[in-house]
Amino acid sequence: MRQNYAFLDENSKKEIRRKTLKAISIPGYQVPFASRELPIARGWGTGGLQLTLSLIGQADILKVIDQGSDESVNAVNIRRLIQDTTGVTDTIHTDEATLIQSRHRIPEVPLKPYQILVLQVPLPEPLRPVEPSERITKQLHADKEYSGAWLRLFEQIMRYGSITDDADYPVLVGGRYVMAPSPIPRFDNPKLEGNDGLILLGAGREKKIYAVPPYTTVTSLAFLDHPFEVESFDDVTCRESGLTGVYMDELIDETTGETYYMTNDTSYMIEEMNKEGSVK
Amino acid sequence: MGYVAVKGGTKAIQASVRMYKDKQHAKGFEIEVAHIKANMNQLINQIMSEASLYDRDLAALSILQAEGNMEEAVFLLRAHRSTLPRLYYSTVTNTRDMFVERRVSASFKDIPGGQILGASPDFTHRLLDDDQSFTGMHDEAVEASYTYSLDALPKVIDYLEQEGLFTKKPEDDNEPDDITKQTIEFPSSRSERLQSLTRGQTGAVTSLGYAEIRGYGYSSHPNIGEVRVGQQPMHIDPYDTGDAYYIGDIELTEVEAFMPADEDEMDDTGSTEKTFKIGYGLTFGQNETKAIAMSVLDYSLEHPVGNAATSDDEFVLLHIDSVESTGFISHLKLPHYVTFQSVLDRVRQTKGGDGQ
Repeated sequence: MRQNYAFLDENSKKEIRRKTLKAISIPGYQVPFASRELPIARGWGTGGLQLTLSLIGQADILKVIDQGSDESVNAVNIRRLIQDTTGVTDTIHTDEATLIQSRHRIPEVPLKPYQILVLQVPLPEPLRPVEPSERITKQLHADKEYSGAWLRLFEQIMRYGSITDDADYPVLVGGRYVMAPSPIPRFDNPKLEGNDGLILLGAGREKKIYAVPPYTTVTSLAFLDHPFEVESFDDVTCRESGLTGVYMDELIDETTGETYYMTNDTSYMIEEMNKEGSVK
Repeated sequence: MGYVAVKGGTKAIQASVRMYKDKQHAKGFEIEVAHIKANMNQLINQIMSEASLYDRDLAALSILQAEGNMEEAVFLLRAHRSTLPRLYYSTVTNTRDMFVERRVSASFKDIPGGQILGASPDFTHRLLDDDQSFTGMHDEAVEASYTYSLDALPKVIDYLEQEGLFTKKPEDDNEPDDITKQTIEFPSSRSERLQSLTRGQTGAVTSLGYAEIRGYGYSSHPNIGEVRVGQQPMHIDPYDTGDAYYIGDIELTEVEAFMPADEDEMDDTGSTEKTFKIGYGLTFGQNETKAIAMSVLDYSLEHPVGNAATSDDEFVLLHIDSVESTGFISHLKLPHYVTFQSVLDRVRQTKGGDGQ
């Protein structure tokens, strides 16, 4: 069967781009869009994929990662679909890419002005844990009524002695909208702030697009006496590369039974290791 | 590490896809799309309805490609649907013009136009038929003779209306919302609800409809005024000239369910009268159970009761779509180790371990 360039019909792509422009104009605000079904399953990255497909031009250079890896099963699958329908060049090098689609990570290499980072979002509504109804959460955002989000964190402190939100830790964008940053680890939250590049977030099943434009203020919700904390890898070194201060995967050595750590962003690790005079 | 290696994922996936495709073809027993189209009508009906794409050939192809897996077949058609430009809307079509092949009323024994049983498994004994005497071909077709015009049958609802037991709502000529072009926003409109219900997963729509009448909501028995199955003529008017083109027939199942209810307003004496309200179901193809369940849910969303989940449009509409529910549930198979690392960090923190 004949396929369109970038799979979707042109009118669908145009609609997605219009909604994207609206999202960029209102940082952190979730813009509803008529999410299309794709050959990839709902919940497997269709929001991000629709953004990518609507934006990708023949001159773009594409990078797709999942769990920090270019070779993760879903990244491979998504990249193959995009390439099969567009024929664009791909890369694993973050700097070379013009369009980066990612699930669960913001790369270690800072974004450049010519780059768009597309994040796949499973649950776009940061208030969903405190309010199941969409029509009410929409109202709460309109009223900037975020006590539920704050109380949730407060109750965690009361109950556990510390904030227990793990990944997808809520942020306040541009001092206005509380936003779910997609399930990136807390480690990546600070990378949302004041970027040179554009960050777009797409939720296919929940049919929302939102954005963090360049140079936007993004702060993670926290209290003065309970500041925001990222995952701690302070005493940890990457066994492969000797890198520190990056997000790590925790692994078990099959022969010794020992726990060891490895840099999660694999392309970054390879680049660092290939540099002259690298740590290892 | 195995699953997500620095390198090697691509090869592993290609091998997995190949294994899946190889498995599909049992040598010597291959069937063709035409066989499926000719023999698997009801499966095709269900898939077209959930996919909201009326194309028997493509539905048959999707069944073959998906090895008969419903959710995969629906998924294939929906994905294909996304590649097609939406060029026209059909003009308004009236189910009174349906060429009726089957039509029953559970409310009245005698209905104008008569009960027409048509083809249905309703009155078969579900005994496995290993010598295929039932499914085998009969040489002579059943001859049906009939005096009414099958494309102009009256509706059972007309009778209730004449009796003053049902008040037609004023016609709503607003342009319907299109949930495939604009996502549903809540509170939802009736056109959004009907579209979402008709493309809902058959099992999900049936289960929720069942809950609504069994004890969580209306909790009572609707009466099927009429269920009709037949061929509905479709027209388009691309240049808006009022002179529409006939583009073909589609098979539809339509249900009008009578729900005994209170009048919205009290009468002159200040007492409440009973009346009938209606729940409406309409599906592509012969999908009678789903269409009936849809009529129940249409009613429950139009006439909410207390805190019943089936009265909550968000609860019903956001969870009945096959592609959405199966997609999200199955995505749990994907690697989640970055987020799990983050969870570990927080769990360890509360245990006073090495989190800090």
